[in-house]
Amino acid sequence: MSNNINDRIRSNPKYRELAGKRSRTAWGLTALVLAVYYSFMLLVGSSPEFLATPLFEGGVLSIGVPIGAFIIFFAWACTGLYVRRANSEFDRLNAEIVEEARK
Amino acid sequence: MKKLLSTLALFPLCAIAGPAVEAAEKQPLNLTAIAMFFIFVAGTLVITWWAARRTKSASDFYTAGGGITGFQNGLAIAGDYMSAATLLGLSSMVFAKGYDGLVYTVGFFVGWPVVTFLIAERLRNLGKYTFADIASYRLDQKKIRTFAAFGSLTVVCFYLIVQMVGAGQLIKLLFGLDYPVAVVIVGVVMMLYVTFGGMIATTWVQIIKAVLLLAGGTTLALMAMSEFGFSYETLAQRAVEVHKGGLGIMAPGSMLADPVNAASMSLGLVFGIAGLPHILMRFFTVPNAREARKSVFVATGFIGFFFIVVCTLGFSAMVIVGTNPLYFVDGDLAGKIAGGGNMVAMHLAHAVGGNLFLGFLSAVAFATILAVVSGLALAGASSISHDIYANVICGGKADEKTEIKVSKIAAIVLGVLAIILGIMFEKMNVAFLVGLTFGIAASANFPILILSMYWKGLTTSGALLGGFTGLISAVTMVVLSPSVWVTVLGHETAIFPYDHPALFSMPLAFMVTIVVSMLDSSAQAKKERAAFDDQLVRAQTGIGAAAANNH
Repeated sequence: MSNNINDRIRSNPKYRELAGKRSRTAWGLTALVLAVYYSFMLLVGSSPEFLATPLFEGGVLSIGVPIGAFIIFFAWACTGLYVRRANSEFDRLNAEIVEEARK
Repeated sequence: MKKLLSTLALFPLCAIAGPAVEAAEKQPLNLTAIAMFFIFVAGTLVITWWAARRTKSASDFYTAGGGITGFQNGLAIAGDYMSAATLLGLSSMVFAKGYDGLVYTVGFFVGWPVVTFLIAERLRNLGKYTFADIASYRLDQKKIRTFAAFGSLTVVCFYLIVQMVGAGQLIKLLFGLDYPVAVVIVGVVMMLYVTFGGMIATTWVQIIKAVLLLAGGTTLALMAMSEFGFSYETLAQRAVEVHKGGLGIMAPGSMLADPVNAASMSLGLVFGIAGLPHILMRFFTVPNAREARKSVFVATGFIGFFFIVVCTLGFSAMVIVGTNPLYFVDGDLAGKIAGGGNMVAMHLAHAVGGNLFLGFLSAVAFATILAVVSGLALAGASSISHDIYANVICGGKADEKTEIKVSKIAAIVLGVLAIILGIMFEKMNVAFLVGLTFGIAASANFPILILSMYWKGLTTSGALLGGFTGLISAVTMVVLSPSVWVTVLGHETAIFPYDHPALFSMPLAFMVTIVVSMLDSSAQAKKERAAFDDQLVRAQTGIGAAAANNH
């Protein structure tokens, strides 16, 4: 019986749409966050003098500090983006798929 | 100098002159801190009593019946991750190294989004009590669960040692209790939480502590920043003036010395989070995938905020603590920080908020250790009772009551073990264990977990061989590394040149898992690959996932 449901779900085009959309979003955002983080690490390794540039003219606070804080904020914003999309669009699609399979 | 010493004696909270010490020195009893801590423990024991009355089924015990909301769970996850090691260790690292500490902090954070995108919802949809539920979903239950139990227990035990040793030293310093007494208190209270209150009590203790820690840390940061007119530029100028690193604290420095080690460390930090059993277990306490996602978003927000607060504390301490001889051994500004290198945040609390605030923050730090240790013990105990006892020994036919009993006994055994290990390791430098814990989590647990969720080709023999390869190689590399082979064991030169294994052990684990799985042509392997499609439907839609049981 449950295999039956699984077969019906798999043959539903909406299921393929959901799986495709979800994996594109999830892997895309993963790649984005890791790319931003590892570019930052490359910068740390290759040009520390750039990160040492003062934020204000004549000041000492370096731009590296807000850049670090920005990466934390950016990574968090990306999780927000994913959660928002998953909790609305993906969950809606999911509910439709489950309902159609139970008919 | 005499004058200075007598001034010092008036402050019971900083180490009074003596030989330079690495380990924390015992302090006179700090009554404010002890009183606040007792209020916390009394409050949480009332919660444990309340939780014990609601803990009836195995699901209640392991996952609070799945009845925790996304927001509550987010706070609890944040609480698990914001251990005393992060508050004290990260702020001290920023204090000592400036920008390098900030880079490390970012690395400590950036694994969270990956958990959100790839792990959280599938974990919730496929699992029930432990991450082995997912790894063994379509593979050989007994073999994979045995491996997962090994991976979980190794991580749990090493992390327990870190927390216990940290707890003992912190309490000795802040409360003036003997080290063994402190370790026993932590162990016993933790056993009470876990055995009587299960996951319900553990979660609520974690939530309360997370709120206290966030409030305490933020207040401290605001009080410190008020001395700089809330301007980071002013803070930076003053810090550069007084810190011996000068302008160097505003840019990466010592991390560049060994880029391979730094890369290996950051890899372990990023992917290790997704292999920490006590964190993974939290995703089963929410009713569905939707709440699981919400909880990581909330957790990520709080953790990120807290990390920025911690960096602020580190930088402000450079000026406020770093120029005050009161907080140095012998009052020597060029010498060692009083009470060991990890006490910077505590000294800052004393400097801006006096004894009362220090007492509050000490109690919070103690509570933090208690809560994290409880989460670890519960994760270890469920691995023993749910994976080993119920599924490996009883073949999945265990009686629920007996399973819970086994879990409680396991928690007590782990508690006793934690006390013994904590006392044994008192004098050892355990800093390397944090790296080891994350390294093992990233090299043993993470590859198997992610491949079982995402790769159809995974087979039992691949997972088993690859997982153990990751586990053993990570442990071996750490044993042969400079921080253990040279520092702890006293050999001349290290056999493995890096302190962090993940850059090597994690790819190795993936490679072995994938190659062995692909070469596996047994009938069982075919069945396991065929079962992936059904697993995927459940992972995507949540059909058949363990539902919440509402109280």
